[in-house]
Amino acid sequence: MNEAGTSAHFKENVHEALTDARLQGALGFSRNFVGRRAAAVARLPEFEALRDSARAIKDHTLAHLDLYLEAYERKVRESGGEVHYAQDAEEAREIVIGLCKAMGAKSVTKGKSMIAEEIGLNHALEAAGIEPVETDLGEYIIQLRGETPSHIIAPAIHLTAKDVEQEFRRAHRDLPADRSLAEPEQLLSEARQVLRAKFLAADVGVTGANFLIAETGTSIIVTNEGNGDLTQILPQAHIVIASIEKVVPTLEDAAQLMRVLARSATGQDASVYTTLSTGPRRPGDPDGPRAYHVVILDNGRSAMLGGEFEDMLRCIRCGACMNHCPVYQAVGGHAYGWVYPGPMGAVLTPSLIGVAEGGQLPNASTFCGRCEQVCPVRIPLPNMMRHWREREFERRLSPAPLRYGLGFWAFFASRPALYRLATDVTARAMRLAGRNKGRFSWLPFAGGWTRYRDLAAPEGATFQSQWRAKSGAVR
Amino acid sequence: MNATAASAGPTRTSQPRVGLFVTCLVDIIRPSVGFAAVKLLEDAGCKVIVPSQTCCGQPAYNSGDRATAKALARQAIEAFEDCDYVVVPSGSCGGMLIKHYPDLFAGEPDLAERAERFARKSHELVSFLVDVLGVRKVAARYEGTVAYHDSCAGLRELGVKAQPRQLLAGVEGLTLVELDEAETCCGFGGLFATKYGELSNAIVSKKAGDIRAARADTVLAGDLGCLLNMAGKLGRDGSAVKARHVAEILAGMADGPAIGESKEPRQ
Repeated sequence: MNEAGTSAHFKENVHEALTDARLQGALGFSRNFVGRRAAAVARLPEFEALRDSARAIKDHTLAHLDLYLEAYERKVRESGGEVHYAQDAEEAREIVIGLCKAMGAKSVTKGKSMIAEEIGLNHALEAAGIEPVETDLGEYIIQLRGETPSHIIAPAIHLTAKDVEQEFRRAHRDLPADRSLAEPEQLLSEARQVLRAKFLAADVGVTGANFLIAETGTSIIVTNEGNGDLTQILPQAHIVIASIEKVVPTLEDAAQLMRVLARSATGQDASVYTTLSTGPRRPGDPDGPRAYHVVILDNGRSAMLGGEFEDMLRCIRCGACMNHCPVYQAVGGHAYGWVYPGPMGAVLTPSLIGVAEGGQLPNASTFCGRCEQVCPVRIPLPNMMRHWREREFERRLSPAPLRYGLGFWAFFASRPALYRLATDVTARAMRLAGRNKGRFSWLPFAGGWTRYRDLAAPEGATFQSQWRAKSGAVR
Repeated sequence: MNATAASAGPTRTSQPRVGLFVTCLVDIIRPSVGFAAVKLLEDAGCKVIVPSQTCCGQPAYNSGDRATAKALARQAIEAFEDCDYVVVPSGSCGGMLIKHYPDLFAGEPDLAERAERFARKSHELVSFLVDVLGVRKVAARYEGTVAYHDSCAGLRELGVKAQPRQLLAGVEGLTLVELDEAETCCGFGGLFATKYGELSNAIVSKKAGDIRAARADTVLAGDLGCLLNMAGKLGRDGSAVKARHVAEILAGMADGPAIGESKEPRQ
């Protein structure tokens, strides 16, 4: 589904988002996360120190990623599971579909997984005649609507309760038409009722993973709904899909990372459910899947190791960067056009689908720096967006007017005497042109500015020119 | 002019030589901010000099043109060689001089060392007054309710937050109010504002709404870029809220037209 996105049309997407009154009404919600995170951080004096240790855990793991992946794989095998490596999205889809077909699966329940979005798993399952059922409430809603997530932890954040009610009335036609769905609890209860039957009927459960633990072969998911537990316990097989950078050395490391994860994401001290799974059902276990598979996806990530984008692989997908981003707050996640929105998406997307496709995203930032300020693993997001702009500039992918404009300006800026003369003449001329109002409501070559805002007219002679005149008079 | 020298400042013999990096926006659009900075620095006992200068190179740096950014950085570092301090009335340009110049020359030991030295002596104006010179109060007067907008680079790269509020608190007649979501960007972002005009407009519209909701008659900031953006939006919306650089108020030099106003006050 997401193989080809619309990131290259970011500006058009932005226009659409800004003129969508329904969307604009719904978008305010992500701002709530800002206050909740701040409160959670204020309650934990060692939070900043925890960020340092979270960063160190991820850096250490990335420096020895091959060893930890091999250790993890060994432990999964020892516990009776199987590990499959997928180089790209297509391989990952083939592996999952192959496993499902081998088990004769008709229906697959899914926990929330961004990797499933990245590989377009739902469409592939449908094409293979297998019904995918999203069990996270937000994912379930957007699946009904045929949409993709607009946020990595709150996939339906672009919708209001009213939108959800309409969708449920459209989708759940066998339920009484006169039922009340005015309260969020009623929506929740209806989703639970509909999904219960799907949980029981599913042949395979697919979940993502927040962490893969090398020392035990365990995968961990954190959820707030408990849907992940039913997804992985009830069906005959559990398939975990995760990307290579999800591995951490020990359970203790994962516990450390979880202390910053939930606080950064939703402002909770911990997510409601933290679910560990290690291999299939053992003899004597009361429940659990008969088969346990892990599909580990690379999809361009190993190429980021050792390069200027390696820091991005520390990301633990909390969503704090997007919650605090003025651009994300203005347009929501769909405008970014591929799987990952917000600042983390602006850095990761060009790495995964190429800078020609995704290059708009790292350009569409004011570099306000708030994302880096809240990132639990201290990823220097603005710097990395700037690295993408450098790659674009080197490859002459930046728009021609920008390149020529910069060149023109750089010619003067690197010749101070000429610059002083040219700016003084320009400033004086613009003052004359703008003096009636002291500002311009239209200027050539500045349409992007003056279409929406006035531009103050210069006061007259430049500072340097006035200063020199004064000093000359004195000395 | 209502401001007078408020702090005794160092003695004549130890008078620091402060190079004013006026910034290209102030140089071209609002020189009065530069003169306000000069007054504040001189009142605090500094010898102010203005070496020939152009731009710090940030537009090139943020557009991916590293070569031009480096050339302009070297030019600036050389121009201010004989100054004890470099002071800049902008958190954004300050962040460039202080945080990004050393990054630009990483891997080139000699230049990196010079950039580090330059960064160590460079300061944003208001934090220089408070943190380095120890100014606690300026003797200025401004009748009005003002909101101070924290420019992103000043706030997050340089830790400028308490210093301007501390000095504003001592300005007679001035009432300081806080904006809702004070730490959120105004949407300027340099070339971002024109490259992504529609998006920038959406962000500054929200900020303009917060400014109006705070019932301030003047919005202040330490960066002319953000101020041009907010003033431009408020003006286009027909708002009467004025925009001024914080240095104008602190120096007692807020008698002239506010940003985007003509010499004759709007009727």
